[in-house]
Amino acid sequence: MLDLSGVNAFYGKAQVLNDLSFSVAAGQVTALLGRNGAGKTTTMKSIMQLVVAAQGQVQFAGQNLVGKPPHRVAKLGLGYVPEERRIFTDLTVLENLEVGRQPPRDGAVTWTQDMLFELFPNLAERRSNRGREMSGGEQQMLTIARTLMGNPRFLLLDEPSEGIAPVIVEQMVRVIKQLKTEGLTVLLSEQNLHFAQAVADTVVIIEGGTEKYAGTLTDLAQHPEIRDAYLAV
Amino acid sequence: MAFFIAQILTGLANASALFMVAAGLSLIFGVTRIVNFAHGSFYMLGAYIGYSLMQILPGAVGFWGAILLAGVAVGLIGVIVEICVLRPVYRAPELFQLVATFGVILVIQDLTLMVWGPEDVLGPRAPGLRGVIRIMGEPVPKYDLALIAITPFVALALWYLIARTRMGVLVRAATQDREMVGALGVNQAWLFTGVFFLGTALAGLGGAIQLPKGGADLLMDFNILTAIFVVVVIGGMGSLPGAYLAAVLISVLNVFGVAYLPQSTLVLMFVVMVIVLMVRPYGLFGREEVAGEHGQIGEPERPIKPAGLTTRLVVLAGLAVLAFLPLFGSSFAQVLVTDILIFCLFAASLHFLLGMGGLVSFGHAAYFGGGAYAAALLVTYAGTPMELVLLLAPIAAGLAAVIIGWVCLRLTGVYFAMLTLAFAQLLWSLVFQWGEVTGGDDGMVDIWPSDWASDTTAFFYLTLLLSVGGILMLRHTAHSPFGYALRAARDSARQAEATGIDTKRIQWVAFAFAGAMAGLAGGLFVFSKGSVFPNELEIAKSFDALIVVFLGGVKTLAGGVVGGAALKGAEDYITRFEYWRLVLGITIILVVIMAPDGIVGSLRRAGERIGLIRDPEARS
Repeated sequence: MLDLSGVNAFYGKAQVLNDLSFSVAAGQVTALLGRNGAGKTTTMKSIMQLVVAAQGQVQFAGQNLVGKPPHRVAKLGLGYVPEERRIFTDLTVLENLEVGRQPPRDGAVTWTQDMLFELFPNLAERRSNRGREMSGGEQQMLTIARTLMGNPRFLLLDEPSEGIAPVIVEQMVRVIKQLKTEGLTVLLSEQNLHFAQAVADTVVIIEGGTEKYAGTLTDLAQHPEIRDAYLAV
Repeated sequence: MAFFIAQILTGLANASALFMVAAGLSLIFGVTRIVNFAHGSFYMLGAYIGYSLMQILPGAVGFWGAILLAGVAVGLIGVIVEICVLRPVYRAPELFQLVATFGVILVIQDLTLMVWGPEDVLGPRAPGLRGVIRIMGEPVPKYDLALIAITPFVALALWYLIARTRMGVLVRAATQDREMVGALGVNQAWLFTGVFFLGTALAGLGGAIQLPKGGADLLMDFNILTAIFVVVVIGGMGSLPGAYLAAVLISVLNVFGVAYLPQSTLVLMFVVMVIVLMVRPYGLFGREEVAGEHGQIGEPERPIKPAGLTTRLVVLAGLAVLAFLPLFGSSFAQVLVTDILIFCLFAASLHFLLGMGGLVSFGHAAYFGGGAYAAALLVTYAGTPMELVLLLAPIAAGLAAVIIGWVCLRLTGVYFAMLTLAFAQLLWSLVFQWGEVTGGDDGMVDIWPSDWASDTTAFFYLTLLLSVGGILMLRHTAHSPFGYALRAARDSARQAEATGIDTKRIQWVAFAFAGAMAGLAGGLFVFSKGSVFPNELEIAKSFDALIVVFLGGVKTLAGGVVGGAALKGAEDYITRFEYWRLVLGITIILVVIMAPDGIVGSLRRAGERIGLIRDPEARS
């Protein structure tokens, strides 16, 4: 469903992604793994075209995304949940959801506020609170909910478990599994295996902006040396 | 008591247009992060277009219809400007956008002159609202009461739009993080255009609605500009309630100022602003601005380096040509080059502040004009000889910069810029209104150099020596340890602090130093002309320097000097045309869009491309 081939990305003169290629199959949850600084966030941003200096091919739904403005990428059905969350702190929960709202899309769930409040019960209680009044975990839920309001077919989750309490991480696992049953394709980035093992079908491991391994979780279990070489233990 | 109430009502009525225009500016800034200097020009357009429409459309319906239509028309002109001028520079550094809007000011000035001519236009009276109503015996114009009644509805409509509609939600979201709004599928480009339409339409509306009170003239763009900046800064950037409160505050204060302290009306506004900002640095309802928060991080600065052998030779050759100018140049050429040299020193001092310190000052004329006036006052009242004056003028300007810098450097970014502008205006209004001492609008005359320097050629050499000396000193400082610390504070204040640099102190010293050098230029200027007028302290003078620094290239060391020489040289030629502002404005806009590195930067880039100069970073 999503195919990257030969993607290069730069910050100034520093090359962060180096001829990166991998694919994500429809309906699957794929974990993008790698150490700190391996290029995970830049990969996510390059898919969304938030990195200006990205080159190569990013094929999604039969189109090359490279060079398109981010809002066009989003309109094609890609939903992006950034690592830094970037909720609108001055806006209420309901207003944050409103920013994310897009018309219904063929072949994707049409999310309503009520459905999202069912998925994230905490948000329902805080619907009139401003973003800045929420805890880290609640902000993370709000970011996902806000992106789902755009009725995406494909969800990019950048380090969803980072910096949130274990009990919320568990909730996050439940949510991602449910999204998968609703038919969403998910690419999520993670630093270590633990969270990925709970939700992902396949993994892609990157290091230095290059793909080092791609396969199923069960395959990876057969190759502990790969895990030791490229992932934080 | 009755008088008191009548005054307050007048103030409230005056606040009406001021609020609309300021709200538009605030709205545009909030979303696009562009300080739209051309906002006063849209206000002026609103007045003229409204006037023309009122000539065509009859009756009360026509009158009010004309006001609304003027708003819409100005909004549409705003859309054209946004698409053609601003869209290409949204990702560029702040200064580029400012300079682009300044180009728009010049273009609109001349186009207005072309269409409506140079004469002031008297605004038509509102049908049915011609007379006055007596309130406790005091006459209050009916139209004032209408304005007082209308403004809350405009404010309420705006509030509803911002607080309750999807457009408003998107606008507020974009104010905080426009990239994220784009990543969620919203086309920011049209959101920006929409906001620009709304903002400029408000300015046009303000211009048209004040017609019966103030009419229309070609100076109203700059005249309202300072007032709306003050309003927006006092109220807090991006805050509508703040804008309303501040507009009322300033207008009411102004009315009372006219009644009780007629000499201080202009000064009063800035005093209030300074007091408010001392207590609440980000305005009554504003929030702290964090630099880089909005995804506007530009290319990393190129390191500057001491001039190489070739550059030194070129500069030396240039200086030699200048030194021998009196041998082959006419006395007119010497006067022109004297002007250019003085201006180059002035521009170089701003460039030092801006390029090395990253401190965008909108009010650098304060120190040029300050030095000039200090010199003029010393000569006129103390009979001080020129030699001493040329020493004291920079000291006086430096001291002014020490005081003003102490206040302004508490803030950063756009608030810093606004505050420097306000202080420059404060100084200007002091000079302008304190006629007994400064001569007011008539300026100060009869300030001539000492006998030995009174000859054109002698003064030319004096200027050459002092200007080039000043410029070399600025340049030398940029390469000194102090210069390193200053650049460190510019690039990353936090990291500089962590390595033990007192960034505020460094910036303060740099501010004073740049002020002193501008003061030296001002001192030279007075003696070269024999007189000084308040316009040396005007916003336009500060903008001149900003444009020059920009044209030369902010990120290059020689930018200020080259830009200064280019502009002054071109100005002498270009001002012979009737519509020179139009030409200059269009040139500025084109430079912003097509050669954003300025003259020096573009030449260097071109040099690198054809292989004349080696790109220092390409080796790795």
